[in-house]
Parts: sequence; structure tokens; C-alpha cells
Amino acid sequence: MSADLAGFLIKLAIAGGFFGMVLNLAGLLTWVERKQSAVMQDRLGANRAHVVFPKWLFPLNWLVWLPNQLGLFHSLADAVKMFLKEDFVPDGADKFLHTLAPMISVVFALLAFSAIPFGDVWHVGGRDVALQVADVNAGLLFVFAMMSLGVYGVILAGFSSNNNYAYLGGMRAASQMLSYEITMGISIMGIVLSYGSLSLQEIVKHQGGTFFGWLPAWGIFVQPLAFFLFMTAALAETKRVPFDLPEGESEIIGYFVEYSGMKFGMFFLTDLVETVLVACLMTTFFFGGWQVPYLSAAGFHFPWGAEIAVTHGAYILLGVLSFMIKVAFFNWLFMQIRWTLPRFRYDQLMHLGWKILFPASLVNVLVTSLVVAWRAS
Amino acid sequence: MAIRTKVMKRKEMTWWDQTYLPMLFGGLAITSKHFFVNGFYQTLRLFGLHKFYKGSVTFQYPEEQRPLSKRTRTRHRLTQRPDGTPRCVACMMCETVCPARCINIVAGEHPDPNIEKYPVSFDLDLGMCVYCGFCVEVCPEDAIRMDTHILDTASYSREGMKLDLHKMLSAKGAATPAEPAR
Repeated sequence: MSADLAGFLIKLAIAGGFFGMVLNLAGLLTWVERKQSAVMQDRLGANRAHVVFPKWLFPLNWLVWLPNQLGLFHSLADAVKMFLKEDFVPDGADKFLHTLAPMISVVFALLAFSAIPFGDVWHVGGRDVALQVADVNAGLLFVFAMMSLGVYGVILAGFSSNNNYAYLGGMRAASQMLSYEITMGISIMGIVLSYGSLSLQEIVKHQGGTFFGWLPAWGIFVQPLAFFLFMTAALAETKRVPFDLPEGESEIIGYFVEYSGMKFGMFFLTDLVETVLVACLMTTFFFGGWQVPYLSAAGFHFPWGAEIAVTHGAYILLGVLSFMIKVAFFNWLFMQIRWTLPRFRYDQLMHLGWKILFPASLVNVLVTSLVVAWRAS
Repeated sequence: MAIRTKVMKRKEMTWWDQTYLPMLFGGLAITSKHFFVNGFYQTLRLFGLHKFYKGSVTFQYPEEQRPLSKRTRTRHRLTQRPDGTPRCVACMMCETVCPARCINIVAGEHPDPNIEKYPVSFDLDLGMCVYCGFCVEVCPEDAIRMDTHILDTASYSREGMKLDLHKMLSAKGAATPAEPAR
């Protein structure tokens, strides 16, 4: 009984730690978005929100000097602003669904994280701790189910707001998500076929080792086409700029026109959480998850013959670190794409989704199947 | 005369161009270059290791004023005689030429017989002023100038926007040489 309790507590700690990490990263992304766009556009960006302690607490002032200069407290100020604003439900809106919509969005976006492995199994204190919230054996299906369910929040928000612009936004979200969900699902089938598993932990484990002795055996080298297809479709899933038709800031304000306060904040957070989620998925499927190049449980084994032994704890730590670095890289890349590319026109979006990405993903699955069948025979 | 039509030759997009990929990666390369170069210089500046390149083209406004041209018309001031009295002789030229009618002068007799008049009061309403600079152009005595480089005129009331003789005399000129002693 006590052993079960300990296991439960460990699971709770892992879940809390991981979700805390994700939420903090999403909160930080609001700052990254401003700062990165500013630096790209030859500006300085957010640097106005300062925290200043009284003179006699001067060591704290030294501590907050860097965050002040970088404008890191803007995210905090945002959160305070969101919470203090009036929570407004428009006349004629469905109050229940209007309140439910942002919750659906954010809950399903966060639930999808529970199947993502962020480290190898950690043997500690005679116990095997899987660094993953839930080792679902059909984890891939679970993640995709959660991502699809998240769309309901957006659609409900559009339909329950009693506003034509919100309605339009909801419609666009529905059709866009539908179009790109298909490509996303099919493009990832190549990975599933290659690794023969739906469990994300299994997929990551298959990506250890090297090809030809020097190339890390990551998914991107097995399925290069699927990588680009999945990235495009996944970007569309996050509803951010090249694919922000449901939002369309400059034409219709989007499905969240009628939202204010923290309900709007939840939609905003969902976008960023989904960015993190997509970054995690890209890492897991195509960049070897927590795998470090040339590192196996025994230690580093470099292609030029050098070998460095690492302890088990260091191996696990390096894995988690590698996962975090890769996720951070993808977040950077998505931000860069978001601030570089203009929005697609609606027909271009549908053209890209149905006539280019969808057939390409089918061809990818076909070729992968043939190769897998040929190798098996 | 015959109408001539010049046919512009537009470059046909190749298949490679039509995939949208070269432009996409080209754009990402440009923005990434800006990101890394600016980020590098901004980081250096933040820690005081570097001064020359700012890594940004913007001015951090309240702390850092934008450099203004010498000829920028900004808030007015009245120039002074060597003894500190206003150079203005209350000729009413500026009041007359002012298209916004924001200047209101009350003239008085000057004790010095060589100077006819002096302004008892010189009121200028910045809330009405259009900063056209006609008053400066028309002044025969070089008594009013718009060279203080004060731009951030703001007030909670209309009264606060009004300048009186004292405020206009005490303002300092920026970027122009001292007025000649006459």
C-alpha cells in the first residue's frame, strides 16, 4: 500500500513538474513573441514593465535588474491585467457554452502533453520511474484525439458568441482544422510504419543509435518529407500567423471577438500551449525526443572512436536537457516563421491543404509502406 | 501622334518559384539574420560591452529624445536683451499674422525713450497654436523664436496649455547660437 502511495506521489510530482514547465514556457512565450519580433524588426521590444524594490532591499533590486532590462515582467503584468479585467458575456450569447469554450480549448491542449515522454526510464531507489506522465500504448492516437477535441473549443466560442465575426472565425477554424488534421494524421503514419509502434516512448527509443555510424537515427532522416508535411500541418493546427485564418486580426477579429479578461487569456494561452505541444511532437517524432546524439545508456560513443562513460543519473539528465533544448529550438523556429510569413488567402490555404499536402502525405505513406514491406520480406 | 504601348516583360515564375519554397526560406534567412545580428549587439549593449551599434533603429522615447533638426519648430520663447528684459517691442506683428490667433499681447510704454513699447503681458495659447512659425518670420526684433526643442507639451486643462511672459522668457534655446547683443 505504501509502495503504491509512493508511486502515486512520484507520478503526481512528474505530472505537476511537467505541466508547470509547459505552462511556464507558454507564459514565457508571450514575452518571447514580443522580444523576438522586436529584435527581428530592428527594435528593442518589451522593456517597460519594471519591478523596483525599496532602497533597503537593494540586493533584490540587483536580482531583478536583468529581468527588468529584458522586460520579462511583461508576462506577469499581462496576467494581472487579464485577471483584473471585466468578464463580459454578450447579450444573446449562450452563457454556458460561452464559458465552456475556452476551458475546452485549454484543457485538451494541456491533456495532450500527458503522453509525451521527456526522458528515459529512470532507475532510482529500486524503482523504475518513467519520465512521462502517462505511458499510453496508443499515445499517438491519444495526442491526436486531444488535439482534434481542442478544436471544439474554438468552434463553440465562434458559435455561442452571438456575433457574425466570431461565427465566421469558428467556421474557418472548423474547415481549416479538418483539412490539416487529415494531412497531419497521414503524414505521421510514415513514422508509425517505420517504427512499428503507436507508443511515443517506443518511437523515441527507436531513434537512438546512428545511421552509417555518424548520422543520428532521428525521424527526420527516416521521413524527411513527412517532417515538412507534419510541420506545415502542425503550424496550421496552432492557428498562428501563416495560418491564422480563424483569427484574422485585420479582417474578422476571429472566434474570440466577444471574449474578455481571463477567458480571452485562456484562448491566448491555448495558442501558445499548442505551439509548445507541436514543438514537443516535432521533437518526439522527428528529432529523437530525449535522445542525445551518440549517447546511449552506456555513455557517449563518438563516430571518431572516442568514448565517454556517463552515470545513469547524468544520462537521464542529459536526455531531459536535450528534449528541452530541442523544444526550445522549435519554439524559436515557429516564432520566426510566425513573424516572417504573411497570412495565406483562404483559397490558397485550402489549395495547399487538399491539393498539395494531402496527396504528398498519401504518396509518403505509400512509399514508406512499400519500403517497409520490401525490407520485411 | 500614334499611341505607343510599352509592353513590360514580366518574369515567368518557374516551377521551383511556384512552390513558394525559395521565397519562404529566403525570407526566413533575412529575418533570422536580423534576429541574430541585432540580438548580438543588443546583448552586448545590455551588459555595457559595446556602444557603437544599437541593434535597433528606434529611440527609447521618454529617456532618449529623438535628435531634432536645428530648424524644427518647437515651443516658443522670447529672447532677452542683455539686461534680461524682453527684446519684444509689442509691435503686434506676430499677433496680427498669427493664423490661429493664439497670441495676445498687452503693450505698455517703455521708460527708455529709445524704445517705444514693451509687452506688459505676452500670452500664447499652445492649445491653439499650429506651429506655423509665422510669428518668428514676421518679428522685426528677433524677439520670438521657436527653438526650445520642447515637444512634449501636455496638460490636464486648457489653462495649463497657456504660456505667459515669464514662461516664455525663461525657456532656453537649443541648437541655435546666442542672440547677438544689440
